[in-house]
Amino acid sequence: MLKQIEGSQAMAQAIALCRPEVICAYPITPQTHIVEGVGALVKAGELQDCEFINVESEFAALSVAIGASAAGARAYTATASQGLLFMAEAVYNAAGLGLPIVMTLGNRAIGAPINIWNDHSDAMAMRDAGWIQLFAETNQEAVDLHILAFRLAEELSMPVMVCVDGFILTHAVERVDIPDQAQVDSFLPPYDPVQVLDPDHPASIGAMVGPEAFTEVRFLAHYKQQQALRLIPAFSGELAKIFGRACGGLLRPYRTEDAETIVVAMGSVCGTIKDVVDEMRDEGVGIGVVSLVSYRPFPVEELRRILAPAKNVVVVEKSIAVGVGGPLADNIDGALRNLDGRPRLHSAIAGLGGRPITRASLRRLFRMAVENPWQGAHFLDLNEQAVGREIHRVRKIRRSGSTAENILRQLAAANPLPPG
Amino acid sequence: MFQIRIHGRGGQGVVTGAEMLSVAAFIEGRHAQAFPSFGSERTGAPVVAFCRIADKEIRLREPVQDPDCVILQDPTLLKVIDVFSGLKENGYLLVNTNKSFDELHLRGVVEKLPEGHAVIVPATDLALKHVKRPAPNAALLGAFAALTGLVNFESVTRAIAEAFPGRVGEANIAAAQEAYDLVRAQESAATA
Repeated sequence: MLKQIEGSQAMAQAIALCRPEVICAYPITPQTHIVEGVGALVKAGELQDCEFINVESEFAALSVAIGASAAGARAYTATASQGLLFMAEAVYNAAGLGLPIVMTLGNRAIGAPINIWNDHSDAMAMRDAGWIQLFAETNQEAVDLHILAFRLAEELSMPVMVCVDGFILTHAVERVDIPDQAQVDSFLPPYDPVQVLDPDHPASIGAMVGPEAFTEVRFLAHYKQQQALRLIPAFSGELAKIFGRACGGLLRPYRTEDAETIVVAMGSVCGTIKDVVDEMRDEGVGIGVVSLVSYRPFPVEELRRILAPAKNVVVVEKSIAVGVGGPLADNIDGALRNLDGRPRLHSAIAGLGGRPITRASLRRLFRMAVENPWQGAHFLDLNEQAVGREIHRVRKIRRSGSTAENILRQLAAANPLPPG
Repeated sequence: MFQIRIHGRGGQGVVTGAEMLSVAAFIEGRHAQAFPSFGSERTGAPVVAFCRIADKEIRLREPVQDPDCVILQDPTLLKVIDVFSGLKENGYLLVNTNKSFDELHLRGVVEKLPEGHAVIVPATDLALKHVKRPAPNAALLGAFAALTGLVNFESVTRAIAEAFPGRVGEANIAAAQEAYDLVRAQESAATA
């Protein structure tokens, strides 16, 4: 049913349609509306046979989900930013134990300094934890990916994180087609766990594994996640048939055929990039974009096939691995490894801590990649003057203080409020 | 694509206003996107919300920088931020005030816009009269429908009723109706 609805509410309805049996809730901006929404559906009796547990922290949220999942319940939770970091140990454990928990991540920056706005730092911090990570471009996709996530998680016995841009998607009201219960039921069978903690049939999971077997366990985790490269397109195809529209997939190329320049990005910024691609195509520039849905597992073969013919690949990402550069760019670089005549890679860091990524800036960036390429990571719309002054100050004064406060003071001095 | 930027203060229903407008457009079968300027909103602090309306899927996620219409819910913001930033030459301006454009020193801004594209409406007074609360958003949507003709007034009333069921909705619709009529009266006076 088509609805004009807030992204968080749409996701809450989709999650309820997946009939979770245990939901662990702990609030953190910008994810809060989602679990609140599911909670309201439980209270109203629209989602039945579901235990909604208010826990005392994010660490407890995922730990309770782990317990519930190990006992054979379909378990769900959601978090963002510092919340994900606080549950970090449990994040690795959920994957290591092979528990098919689904978690929404309302993508948000990580402090310090405190920042409640959107970027992908949180998802990147847990990219190697063994979870499948899917990124939504729109709220429609966020709805579809949650339904896909439960099926995928339970088929593989592996947790899935659905990454949704905080505020930009979670707080946007837009048109979303919410499926009905029969449609979701026909796609998602009841949870049939591969391992259950049952007092009548005692067993242990997560036993100590020494050097004699740890490598094999990790190999199998990697092997198992690679299976998702086959399952995600297969399940997406099934969903597309049921819903009568395109859904999910590993990635989505847009106007990449014959493109000399191909942009790669994840999440909601892909929409803005598509608008820029259309504008530049109208001007005769051969440019396209790949929206990457599945970040883990990383679809190396598909990316190689699409990117190989291009001259330039521009990676736009909302995170910075301090000391190295863009983590997505690094992964794309790896995907192009040993390719003959491989395209030149241009890495751009954009939208950190909620800075808007505008069409005008993207257009300049894509032109610069072709006409005046840079080395290393380029920070889109960086205030070079403010950065330069701070570097100079730090060189001059040993006790130079906090960078964050210094930058804020500079900006306040440059833009005083008008009198009044 | 038509882009609207609403400026107000926390507590004036800025975000709800943008959302209701998107619902009104959705009711008419159009694509619409409403979103707030994300921040730590507090009562009284400046708040911005955006709405885009189009006949095809809206993919753009940047804040509205070149609005086709600016709705100013609180003229005290004129001293704080450039609410007209990027307003298109043929754009619309809707100001909630019981003063005149001259009293607000906005004559220069109004004269740059096409005739009849800028109107004032005492939306807070109308809200206090009908809703007994100083939330001018619904009244301004009624005025918006009259000013731009982009959405039907009927769709606006349905969107308000959806957001506020029952008597609160009815009171807001009454405020919207009076604002709609006021703007229509200004328009017919100008063309007469």
